[in-house]
Amino acid sequence: MPTATIEETGERLARLQGIIEDLLKEAERQGASAAEASVGSSSGLEVSVRLGEVETVEHTRDNGLGITVYFGHRKGSASTSDLSPAAVRDAVRAACAIAEHTQEDRCAHLADPDLLATEVPDLDLCHPWSIEVAQAIELAVACEDAARAYDPRIVNSEGASLSTSFGLHVAGNSNGFMGGYPTTRHSLNCAVIGQQGDMMQRDYWWTTARAAMDLDPARTVGERAAERTVSRLGARRLGTCEAPVLFRAEVATGLLRSLVSAITGSNVYRRSSFLLDQVGEPIFPDFVRIYEEPHLLRGLASAPYDGDGVVTRPKDLISAGVLQTYLLDTYSGCRLALPTTGNAGGVRNLRIDMGEKDRAAMLRELGTGLLVTELMGHGVNAVTGDYSRGAAGFWVENGEIQYPVEEITIAGNLKEMFAGLVAVGNDCDFPGSTRTGSWLIDRMTIAGE
Amino acid sequence: MTDPIAIARDSILAPAGLAESDLDRLLGSLTSASIDAADIYFQYSRLQSWVLEDGILKDGSFSIEQGAGLRAVSGEKTGFAYSDELQFPALAQAAEAARAIARGGQDGRVKVGRAPMQRRLYEPLNPIESLPDKEKVALLQRVDAEARRQDPRVREVVASLVAVQDTVMVLADDGTLAADIRPLVRMSVSVIAEENGRREQGSSGGGARADLGYFLVEDRALGFAREAVRLALTNLDAVEAPAGTMTVVLGAGWPGVLLHEAIGHGLEGDFNRKGSSAFAGRIGERVAANGVTVVDDGTLPGRRGSLNMDDEGTPSQNTVLIEDGILRGYMQDKLNARLTGSAPTGNGRRESYAHLPMPRMTNTYMLAGSRDPAEIIASVEKGLYAVNFGGGQVDITSGKFVFSASEAYLIEKGRIGRPVKGATLIGNGPDVLTRVSMIGNDLKLDEGVGTCGKEGQSVPVGVGQPTLKIDSLTVGGTGK
Repeated sequence: MPTATIEETGERLARLQGIIEDLLKEAERQGASAAEASVGSSSGLEVSVRLGEVETVEHTRDNGLGITVYFGHRKGSASTSDLSPAAVRDAVRAACAIAEHTQEDRCAHLADPDLLATEVPDLDLCHPWSIEVAQAIELAVACEDAARAYDPRIVNSEGASLSTSFGLHVAGNSNGFMGGYPTTRHSLNCAVIGQQGDMMQRDYWWTTARAAMDLDPARTVGERAAERTVSRLGARRLGTCEAPVLFRAEVATGLLRSLVSAITGSNVYRRSSFLLDQVGEPIFPDFVRIYEEPHLLRGLASAPYDGDGVVTRPKDLISAGVLQTYLLDTYSGCRLALPTTGNAGGVRNLRIDMGEKDRAAMLRELGTGLLVTELMGHGVNAVTGDYSRGAAGFWVENGEIQYPVEEITIAGNLKEMFAGLVAVGNDCDFPGSTRTGSWLIDRMTIAGE
Repeated sequence: MTDPIAIARDSILAPAGLAESDLDRLLGSLTSASIDAADIYFQYSRLQSWVLEDGILKDGSFSIEQGAGLRAVSGEKTGFAYSDELQFPALAQAAEAARAIARGGQDGRVKVGRAPMQRRLYEPLNPIESLPDKEKVALLQRVDAEARRQDPRVREVVASLVAVQDTVMVLADDGTLAADIRPLVRMSVSVIAEENGRREQGSSGGGARADLGYFLVEDRALGFAREAVRLALTNLDAVEAPAGTMTVVLGAGWPGVLLHEAIGHGLEGDFNRKGSSAFAGRIGERVAANGVTVVDDGTLPGRRGSLNMDDEGTPSQNTVLIEDGILRGYMQDKLNARLTGSAPTGNGRRESYAHLPMPRMTNTYMLAGSRDPAEIIASVEKGLYAVNFGGGQVDITSGKFVFSASEAYLIEKGRIGRPVKGATLIGNGPDVLTRVSMIGNDLKLDEGVGTCGKEGQSVPVGVGQPTLKIDSLTVGGTGK
């Protein structure tokens, strides 16, 4: 159970830093010209309940180390779940053996020493939760009970689960970088099943936070799961048509993820993106600003430095609709002849400027069209931006929800969808590191009966 | 040494200083009067991967994972703990945590382990050592050259090679003592072709439970390169896919992902015990057209989804799911079999020692029918012919499933016409197979690249089917 005191945490961090030092020393001893290493150790508890009874109690405990060695511009990597001194030697040996066979790659090198983080600001990411198993079960049961009591049409449950984890992660490289800090993460989720006639529907809700006090109440999570499930009962199909589509906030995050993927350096230099050569070009209408805030206190994706040890910085990805930058790490930056943007490992706490309209006003703005609340499948072509996914949601007429719909697809092209973004709502009401309201897209093809 | 139990003892237990008596004590301490079942899963896994990009072998990695998962089950309750340290004190602590699920009681008695008859669907070899590293690199370079040689429009080539040896050992209080040495190899090739500013991607690959020589047989690896290029070039000519409900002909082989999504997941024992599947309580009912027989078969030699035994030590088997259109059976692990009074079917699988087992598919496929594939295409006035797919997904409760075509053609007046862009197909699991009107005589299994995700756990699987005609399925294109 994650009950580490500050003192114990300090000792464990020092031990992990010792392992990094051993790894780097061993790499040098085995002839590497440079090396970078990381080591992590986490522990946690996860309980799940179903129909009021305990289903599983899991005690989690994960360790791992990774090492990358460089011989000039050739590199090799190794990782293991074993943190013993013998494993350290073996991992370095394995990485060196790999590097004997990789080829010269001028971009295979560590980050510039000037860009490396020299201190680790406290981003308030560690709030251990010393919850006992019995108490965790009680909370999960309360969450599921609230869902089951919400409506008589809730006839079954996939259960509720509560998890808490405490982790330490330390990274370092032979250019002098060494950083490490503890983090915690806690979550509670619930999924229930509703029935109407022969048809069943399932839906879920969740809450997740760095500190237990920031979690939504168990009751709220359960009721939200039930409300979502019940609202889907009686779903019909739609006829094939073209219509405006409103992506509810929690599914609009998928569109932001597609944007991030298209401007991620590794996809750009591999030409596996529909947004090549678009920095400085308008991608969205001019009211759109999309940015990242890596230093948010208690942020779920906050990090003081990136996977290369480079300091992270808040920045705009889209300003006034125009693409400002690609998301680069040291390697992809070198490939594109650009400096790293401190995005090794991805984007951290992504945000979009939200508009004025609440949920009801966004439905009025939609007028007659499709409100999407769930997407299925992987039908996004990263190279062309072609988009075709399974969907479920509601048919809306004159700003009023008419009935739930399912077994339909929505299709378009992401470039056109981004350019056709009509409005972003202020109805951000889901947990997670990404914050956005709902997105109204002017027109998509809906395939159905 | 080819006895899996001897190999597992040697590579997992001996280095940790674990003796036979330690295992008995651990299993004994997991078990008590109120515990219905307990097991310990030891795993030692080695993985090596190589990536070639821009014509150079730029990345390689090696990883070792080892640990043990300890589980105690009481009724529907499961206590679980795992450790990546295999020394006795760490495991004893994990056993203590896992058994806390059942309160009180004395240490239980455990049946003496007996080694079952061993299947040999694949050799207990280490594929990482099956080819010198130098030759792995050379193979990837030949793949790259083969792809680039096909056509000047090929711009980018990424090729990767992965070899895994997974050694697992299971001890359970029901007397199970079993081990399996599982080789797994996989190659992937992805290319981007460019013409007049238009770019398209094509991917191919394959794999098996075999050594790396698998890719050298009949230049199989070079075939993946040619196939990836063919797909990318085909997509350069693709027009908008149609939108709406229409007749769809699915090609043989990988399109069997339809079966995996539309019915496979819905027939996993856990969902049916809990009543959360659209197929729950429907054994004996018609869920598919006459002539449709679907099995989950973990016993095919060398296949990616095959297992000598599942992760609970149960020998894998060939389970009939649908027989001539009638729903016959579910896939079970030990827990769900016991709770529903049925027998385990060798489908208890887990991603690793750090995950709990649950019912999972192995190789899921439909048996061949009698129709000539050409006759099936010729019978379609207007529709879609979909031959390659990416992944899929299913909502097992509503039964709705999707799978995304990556190579498809229009069918017009019985002939295959222009290629169309990728599109997602959506349907309803419990009735999609009732609309199967023709079944080809060309059963084919996939190339061995499938990975299935369930509740956050990934396991390798296989699919397959003959050419199939489905009278109505919704195609999510943008065209008219």
